[in-house]
Amino acid sequence: MAYLELKNIYKTYGTDENATEVLSNINLSIEEGEFVAIVGFTGSGKTTLVNLINGLLEPTKGEVLFKGKPVEGTSHERGVIFQNYSLLPWLTVEQNVLMAVKEAFPKREKAVYKRKAAYYIDMVGLTPAINKLPKELSGGMRQRVAVARALSMKPDMIIMDEPLGALDALTRGTLQDQILNIWGKDKRTALLITNDVDEGIYMADRIIPLRPGPNATLGPEFKIDIERPRDKTEMNDNPNYKKTRNAIIEYLMDIGEERKSQVSEEFVLPDLAPKDFVNQFR
Amino acid sequence: MKQSVTLGKVTKFMGLGFLSTFKDLFTGKLEKEDYKAFLRKVIVPVASVLLFLGLWHLGAKSLYNVEAEFRIEKALNEQGQVAADEMAACIASGDISCQPNTLPSPSQVWASFQSLLNDHALISADKAAFKEKTATLNEKRVAEGKDPIVYTGRPSFVDQIFRSLKTVFAGFFLALLIAVPLGIFIGLSPTLKSAFNWFIQIFKPVSPVVWYLLVFMIVKTLLIDSSEDSSFSISFIAVGLCSMWATLVNTSMGVSSVDKDYINVAKVLKLGNFQKVFKVVLPSSLPLIFTGLKITLSVAWMVLIAIELLAQSPGLGLFVWEEFQNGANDSNAKIIVAMFVIGIIGFLLDRLMLSIQNAVSFEKTDAI
Ligand SMILES: Nc1ncnc2c1ncn2[C@@H]1O[C@H](COP(=O)(O)OP(=O)(O)O)[C@@H](O)[C@H]1O
Ligand SMILES: [Mg+2]
Repeated sequence: MAYLELKNIYKTYGTDENATEVLSNINLSIEEGEFVAIVGFTGSGKTTLVNLINGLLEPTKGEVLFKGKPVEGTSHERGVIFQNYSLLPWLTVEQNVLMAVKEAFPKREKAVYKRKAAYYIDMVGLTPAINKLPKELSGGMRQRVAVARALSMKPDMIIMDEPLGALDALTRGTLQDQILNIWGKDKRTALLITNDVDEGIYMADRIIPLRPGPNATLGPEFKIDIERPRDKTEMNDNPNYKKTRNAIIEYLMDIGEERKSQVSEEFVLPDLAPKDFVNQFR
Repeated sequence: MKQSVTLGKVTKFMGLGFLSTFKDLFTGKLEKEDYKAFLRKVIVPVASVLLFLGLWHLGAKSLYNVEAEFRIEKALNEQGQVAADEMAACIASGDISCQPNTLPSPSQVWASFQSLLNDHALISADKAAFKEKTATLNEKRVAEGKDPIVYTGRPSFVDQIFRSLKTVFAGFFLALLIAVPLGIFIGLSPTLKSAFNWFIQIFKPVSPVVWYLLVFMIVKTLLIDSSEDSSFSISFIAVGLCSMWATLVNTSMGVSSVDKDYINVAKVLKLGNFQKVFKVVLPSSLPLIFTGLKITLSVAWMVLIAIELLAQSPGLGLFVWEEFQNGANDSNAKIIVAMFVIGIIGFLLDRLMLSIQNAVSFEKTDAI
């Protein structure tokens, strides 16, 4: 029995004339301890897929099974790292993480919570910024807080929605390693959504492309047969790596061409927009 | 987190950042590139104040001349040349009995301001003397179970200001106590929202005068047995009801439009309902709630004057009305003094709210 299983998932937004079917006939199964990456263009429905798995959305048709049971609402067993950090801006780094820790481990002493939060904040290297508010942090630091918050709940499965999309290459590399470290340590299960094929190859056991929506479906999977721990520079010379990478990119380019003939514009950027809280309240 | 609090930080925080430019000027810390800012922030406002005073002075002077000529003309037409010459001489001599009654000049207003302050000093001294004189007597009366004798003299201008502030804050807190909780419930529940929507839409545009009359009808009946003066209660309740709408609407809007991301966080962390409201929904709507409260306070201060006047409740509104009825020589100047005091206090109240808003909410709003 698969750890996570999606059976014939359809997801439609809106009703009647306004209805758009974003996801069609999605089938996916992930085994315990596996690291799966899903790559896809912006707007293809990746976030929708993630929200179906973490329980924020319900499928229009089909079933999501987690450990054999249907997913009903969110659960502490599935930790989520959102695409846009989603930190609470009025709480400090520590308070953001504490909030998660307190919910995941009810009825402990205050000192225990503090210690747990401090541990995860230290893990992402943010101890010096522990009392800062999110707006005082750089994008990379915010994303690390989001990682610390998700991991501090000790979820059995980590679901990451383009967690490193907005980061510079250097920070990105460090965080990739940190995430791999944590995943490897307790052999948790991980699902990574990304728009970066190299990131997928470096981190995952399998890569599955999401064909662009509407009516997005999952494409054929690509197995990554490269030994762990992987090394970025060594990997470049690995024939297996080159073959897989070329295959995936070719596949994506084909979809891109197909898509271009339907849609006039093509985006490969992550769909992140800067948030402006000040003007929001004007 | 430790932070040193400096004068510069405090004034900037209060939205009075231009004060620090003054300080730099006097301590000689002004850099060359600061001169432009200095010109813009200090010279231009000062110049515009002077221009304003100048225009006001000229305007008042020409209105004075129009009025004076009219009086002389009238005397000439009705009583002949002798009366007209007498009138002209009387006006020129500055005699109080025949002064043209029109817009006072800046200097007249300044003189009235000082006479009001002198008046306040006199009344305060009188009050203190009264208190001293009645101290022993009052002690005895209290011991015998009688009410102490209280000062019943005329309130000074400064006393009226404090009365007005008391009324406006009582009204503001009434508005806060009604509008914030109600707004939260309306924002959380779409059912309540549709139940209250017509109510808000209809009562929001009602004018202060009508609110006053409504409150008057109700409070008068409720206090029918009591001999107490109900004018204060009536006016603060009317002020509160009149000004609470901005807070009500903003609170419910803030609560019902919390960023979806934050709601998703609450769901993923599986916060309970209570936690969700107090840890996510309320903090995220605080900026909007405070914007509402800020509007409420300034509306409260604005309608207060009209309501005090109607309610005959002591305060700046009544002061203005009494001076207008009074028609004494310096009444007009006193009304203008009251106008400036009302304006300046309104400005300070706004700044006060802004600094509280900045202190509690996670996003800073600059003074406009
Ligand atoms: N709540 C919603 N209501 C209607 N349409 C939506 C909603 N959320 C997403 N969509 C649409 O579904 C499509 C997929 O969105 P999303 O899952 O966010 O894509 P991705 O994460 O791959 O960029 C987009 O066309 C988007 O406009
Ligand atoms: Mg997305």
